[in-house]
Amino acid sequence: MKRTDLTFKPSLVAIVLATTLLSACGDDNDNMPPVESTPPAAVMQTFTVTVTNLTANQPLSPVFLAAHNAETYLWKVGQPASVAIEMIAEGGDASGLEALENLTASVTGTNPILPGMSETLTLSVEESAVANISLASMLGNTNDGFTGVNSYNIAGMEVDAPIMMRRMAYDAGTEVNSEAKGTIPGPADEGEGFNEQRDDINFVHGHPGVISQYDGLADSVLMPSHRFDNPVVAIKIVRTE
Amino acid sequence: MKRSIISISLLAAGLFSVSTQAANIEVSVTNLTHGNHFTPILIATHDGDSQLFNVGEKATPALQKMAEGGEIADLNTAVTGAGGMTIMNPAKGLLAAGHTADSDMLDTGDNNYLSIVAMVLPTNDAFIGLDSWMIPSEAGRYTVYINAYDAGTEANDEIINGGGMPGVAGIPFAPSDDGGENANGVMDGSQNMHVHIHPGVLGDTDPAGGASDLDSRIHRWLNPVAKVVVTVK
Repeated sequence: MKRTDLTFKPSLVAIVLATTLLSACGDDNDNMPPVESTPPAAVMQTFTVTVTNLTANQPLSPVFLAAHNAETYLWKVGQPASVAIEMIAEGGDASGLEALENLTASVTGTNPILPGMSETLTLSVEESAVANISLASMLGNTNDGFTGVNSYNIAGMEVDAPIMMRRMAYDAGTEVNSEAKGTIPGPADEGEGFNEQRDDINFVHGHPGVISQYDGLADSVLMPSHRFDNPVVAIKIVRTE
Repeated sequence: MKRSIISISLLAAGLFSVSTQAANIEVSVTNLTHGNHFTPILIATHDGDSQLFNVGEKATPALQKMAEGGEIADLNTAVTGAGGMTIMNPAKGLLAAGHTADSDMLDTGDNNYLSIVAMVLPTNDAFIGLDSWMIPSEAGRYTVYINAYDAGTEANDEIINGGGMPGVAGIPFAPSDDGGENANGVMDGSQNMHVHIHPGVLGDTDPAGGASDLDSRIHRWLNPVAKVVVTVK
């Protein structure tokens, strides 16, 4: 099957969907000629999001970060994962998430975040469109483990008043956690990434952790250092302007 | 000028903290685990003098009944006897992994604190626990992630043998029929008799024997194990 490697090609396109805000007046009166006026210069708010990998030996795939409205979620616990979440959870491939509609802005990191390391991503959103942000990244040495932020409200944040949070690991539920050779894309195995087949319980849930070959899973390629506990990431959000 | 504003806000905060405000709340509990059930859930609002459980202390007999066998009647009696308001069993039975139980509206009366418990099954004496979470006075939707605790009342031998009564060793049953049998038992002599964070189950991959009747690929978890959403009306 298709093998999406965890060398994580640099994000193809940083899709920044320009916010279209040229909607004219809510026209009850279609006969009025359109009013020509220069729209006021857009006031932007810029946010930096720093992600720190708290795990012992789980590289995080290049982080996908997006701004969107308050109704958008990347996943729902207990519901089947979207294909976009399945792609990032099984293979670290953010392209499905980048292609989502109704993102106000999005950016994907260029490299994996190695254990103990941090990366800062920057997102600019027109002030009137500031609502929620989401973030997602794969735990590379798992079958389909991921972490992220799921529709967190940043409207009303003050400049230079950081918000800190820590987040847990989720299991996309799309690929059985066999830990077997050839099934894990990270450096522990360099196996397969995304595979559209779904052979697990098919709903998103809290990741139960990995077992490893040292703890009784005979076919596992994982070692004790690949185990993890929650939380798996620390996140710092700062509005810079 | 600045100081007076501060003192006014402190005064206001002080007033709010002593006044008890009746509120209507709705509570939803989502099972975040891969393959464990929650037994009937007890949702309780109570005053600051009551607790369903207390980490670092011995479990009460009522808590032990809940943690070892899923029986919440005694805890409910204790809470309501102390003026608390409760909702019992919002899932109307077991709450499977990935599922959410939504409570009916609960009038908190004079009670400012929310606690929630349910046994994690199949385990010896694990339970999900929210202890004395202060109910906000401001209307809104609040999310809390909660952990699995170990009641400290029974060794985690991981043997499924129908044992659910307090003091009887063993696990009552595996609701999804995905447990094993004939395990030798997980024995390490640990003796923490106080309520503590559950270390998680071990399990194995041998359904016909081995150390554990639990399956390491199905029954393990990491905390948090439940997502609680409280809607204050």
